[in-house]
Amino acid sequence: MTTTAADSIRAVVAAVPDPEIPVLTIDDLGILRNVTTSDDGQVEVTITPTYSGCPAMEAIASDVKATLSAHGFDNVSVKMVLAPAWTTDWMSEHGKAKLRAYGIAPPHRLAGPVSVALGVHCPQCGSTETRELSRFGSTACKSLWVCSACQEPFDSFKAI
Amino acid sequence: MTATPSDSEARAAYALRLGDDALIAAQRMGEWIAAAPQLEEDVALGNLALDLLGQARSLLTYAGQLEGAGRDEDAFGYFRDERDFVNAQVFELAHGDFGFTIARLLVTSAYQVELYTRLSSSTDDTLAAIAAKAVKEVDYHRDHATQWTLRLGDGTDESHRRMQAGLDAVWPYVDELFETDDLVQRLAADGVAIDPADLGEPTLAYVGSVLAEATLSRPDITVRHTGGRRGIHTEQMGYLLAEMQYVARSHPGATW
Repeated sequence: MTTTAADSIRAVVAAVPDPEIPVLTIDDLGILRNVTTSDDGQVEVTITPTYSGCPAMEAIASDVKATLSAHGFDNVSVKMVLAPAWTTDWMSEHGKAKLRAYGIAPPHRLAGPVSVALGVHCPQCGSTETRELSRFGSTACKSLWVCSACQEPFDSFKAI
Repeated sequence: MTATPSDSEARAAYALRLGDDALIAAQRMGEWIAAAPQLEEDVALGNLALDLLGQARSLLTYAGQLEGAGRDEDAFGYFRDERDFVNAQVFELAHGDFGFTIARLLVTSAYQVELYTRLSSSTDDTLAAIAAKAVKEVDYHRDHATQWTLRLGDGTDESHRRMQAGLDAVWPYVDELFETDDLVQRLAADGVAIDPADLGEPTLAYVGSVLAEATLSRPDITVRHTGGRRGIHTEQMGYLLAEMQYVARSHPGATW
């Protein structure tokens, strides 16, 4: 299979939205790990869960298959790997910007010389006058915050 | 490295222990959904249960692969009887009040943090991968339990009393977590498993520091319960299994 074909298959898979945060694609989230194609037309897609118990993995696998099928690729297998363990550092900058625009505070970076959370910025008004209401939110990957400046509650993506 | 049959059997037995701990813990934690003291806590404990269930699924699936007899996660979860479960008894105890639940979570999550931190360097690649994933989750659980222990222990007279009562009820079951036997020692010698005997000191050091800050005392006990790793369970285990397994056994082979 030519490189161009492999690239276009990857682009199709990369555009599959996350079922729980549909503003992000699985590529933005960093859970799409690899796409390989063989000469006989077989496509293997490798994904990794955000959390061990992430209930969206089965939906994602079936969305990947359905999307590829709609593009004419029916010989598809989806493999789930645990290692290396997913980290929010794999989320793209583009993805973080989309998350903020959607109303969810993106995770801060963990890797690098210093890992400091310099306060969570309110995704609505940008204020850092925010506080955590609950360390757990609507999905395993988020916590619940409120902004003291604009009074809006918001989800914040946990950095792990 | 190819595992010899006996080695696979030992690894399967070890994965089953860890998987059963996580599964039974998840089942108990899930009982709080819609019954916790606050809505936020419903969500929090539901999330904890989901993490634990995810860890259980990975561990039980791996146990089934090692066993090679065609059993999957559902076969282990739904179609084994009480004597075949090898979780430590502390995980199966009825959830009690919120003080008891937090006391148990403090000890068990502290234990799991020590365990999974070390197991992420296992010579068994699958166990190492599961542990590296799990350690991020149980670290968050431990933090949650720590914050509640501090709030309740160093809170009102009533919250202090109930938090201490929870600890007193959990404590006779704590030492079982750190029991060793031939199986784990053999696997630990190969770098596959972590000998639980090495986890007692760091776990209790962490818990002790939290209790001191929370003005709670480490219970002084004379009775120590054990037997879970050999399939000996408390009366409460039967009720838990009845609820967990009822639907799957009433409709064998059903899918949804």
